[in-house]
Amino acid sequence: MSERAQLLLPIADDELVLGWRNSEWTGIAPFLEEDVAFSSIAQNEIGHARALYQLVADELGTTADELAFDRSPEEYRCSRLVQLRLVPDWARTIARHYLYETADARRVDELKASDDPEVAGLAAKIDREEAYHRMHAQMWFDRLRDEPRFVEAVEELQPLLASEEREEHTPEFAELWEEMTMVRRSVVGATW
Amino acid sequence: MTEQEFLEYVQSGGQVETDDWMPDDYRAKLIKFIEMHGNSELMGVLPEREWILRAPTLQRKLALTAKVQDEVGHAQLIYRVVEDLGKPREACLEDLVSGNSKFHNVFHYPTKTWGDVGVIAWLVDAAAIISQKALLKCSYAPYARIMKKICWEESFHILHGRDVILTMMNGTDEQRELVQEAVNRWWGPLMQFHGNPIAKEDDPMFVWRIKSQGNEEARQQFLDGYVPQIWELGLTVPDPKLEKNGEGVWEYTEPDWAELKHVVTGHGPRTAERLELRRGTRRETEWVRRAVLAEAA
Amino acid sequence: MSGVYEVFRQERKGQAFAHAGSVAAPNAAFAEAYAREQYGRRGESVALWVVPRDAVMQIEEFVDELQRNYHRVDGYPLKEKLKEARERAGTTASADS
Repeated sequence: MSERAQLLLPIADDELVLGWRNSEWTGIAPFLEEDVAFSSIAQNEIGHARALYQLVADELGTTADELAFDRSPEEYRCSRLVQLRLVPDWARTIARHYLYETADARRVDELKASDDPEVAGLAAKIDREEAYHRMHAQMWFDRLRDEPRFVEAVEELQPLLASEEREEHTPEFAELWEEMTMVRRSVVGATW
Repeated sequence: MTEQEFLEYVQSGGQVETDDWMPDDYRAKLIKFIEMHGNSELMGVLPEREWILRAPTLQRKLALTAKVQDEVGHAQLIYRVVEDLGKPREACLEDLVSGNSKFHNVFHYPTKTWGDVGVIAWLVDAAAIISQKALLKCSYAPYARIMKKICWEESFHILHGRDVILTMMNGTDEQRELVQEAVNRWWGPLMQFHGNPIAKEDDPMFVWRIKSQGNEEARQQFLDGYVPQIWELGLTVPDPKLEKNGEGVWEYTEPDWAELKHVVTGHGPRTAERLELRRGTRRETEWVRRAVLAEAA
Repeated sequence: MSGVYEVFRQERKGQAFAHAGSVAAPNAAFAEAYAREQYGRRGESVALWVVPRDAVMQIEEFVDELQRNYHRVDGYPLKEKLKEARERAGTTASADS
């Protein structure tokens, strides 16, 4: 696997798993307007994952879907932060959203500066969409900053940002992978 | 204006806006009807959302998420209309989760496989869209206006549904079996969906021109549009009597109207579980609404 | 419910802004986010105006007791006069207007 693939796969895995976790709120978010908004963010994340997987897939001679769904659980390289199951805790969900978007902004900036035009180009597109995510996260942060449970949630999750662990997964990852791949595994090799 | 004048006004195509005078009965029926629609969009999310997590390709995951998002968006549009008629959204949601108000039969049933995902988007949504198109002519203008946006957004839902089904039908035997099995399970609720065949003149919804179409008319439209689509794929419908007669009218086994009543009054196979899910998440997120939105009006 | 914001959307550049609906939101930041989502996530609008409901003034009673029509097109029915003038000048045989 090339350096580029090794760089992009963990980011793709992060976006896929975070998008998956965020879409767990679809239909049950605190109120309807926010349900719609948060769903767009989840869709963007899945979309980013897809674009990133595609770059790696082209190199490896496979497809984005195969990278997203057909690897075994141990092969995923997502961060511990995104694996956590947080529904129905909105405080921790928004805390993660805020922390992730802040850290991801720095990561995307680095990618934008890449010598590889494909990577830089994709990063620029991702960045333009994530501007909206950052706006949304800041909006919630400003609104909840005085809520004790939100302050606690940020304190609790902040250390995970520093964690470099991407090979050993949290206990809930196995369940996530199971559910994420169950239809796909039900008829192996089928087109859906 | 008297009630009689109002009746003549709406029956000759007159439009009513939020602050216009309207008979109490019209307002009450309107609220109940529109509220049930909002409830249905919101409850319709629950059978589908699990499959977002299980979608077998990234494209399907995105499409299904967008579809369900639309439904939540529709609930938002619809409850705003109800709110402007005098019933606050929180009151609607409380009535929904406590079982005091209704939602359409189809959302009381379980989804068991990816076949259901296809059948719901292809056939259940189709049945709903037929009713929704008829509401474009609703006498209450704010509702008619949001129906325009709703119908526009639903247009991709049906295509997505058809795409999912066609892909499976062109796939393996197991996939074709998933589709047929789902059609078999959903046929009963689909036939009940448009309601029992009460005559238009006896239906207050039609008299007030809230609905512009009778129940049987809607059902016939559904059968006309979709039975050929089902048969042309080599699928069967679990009703040996289903056929179009010489006068172009579809004949079928009389649906179980008692079952329909039983289900919509809160006794469907998944009713209790889904309402409990909604109650639970509402409880857990109550603090957010208090922190972000003012107390309910 | 807290603030309600009315949303007006412009479908294509050059077109009028038309009322599209409303969103519930505690402040302008949330209202912007929610209006974007409800009325722009499918690319159906090129622009939105988002306005607190209180800022919208509704006017619907217009008084015209004396049926003034001198300043409207329907105050000028010319069909009969034109017919008479043409007949006098012998310039028309058919009864077109």
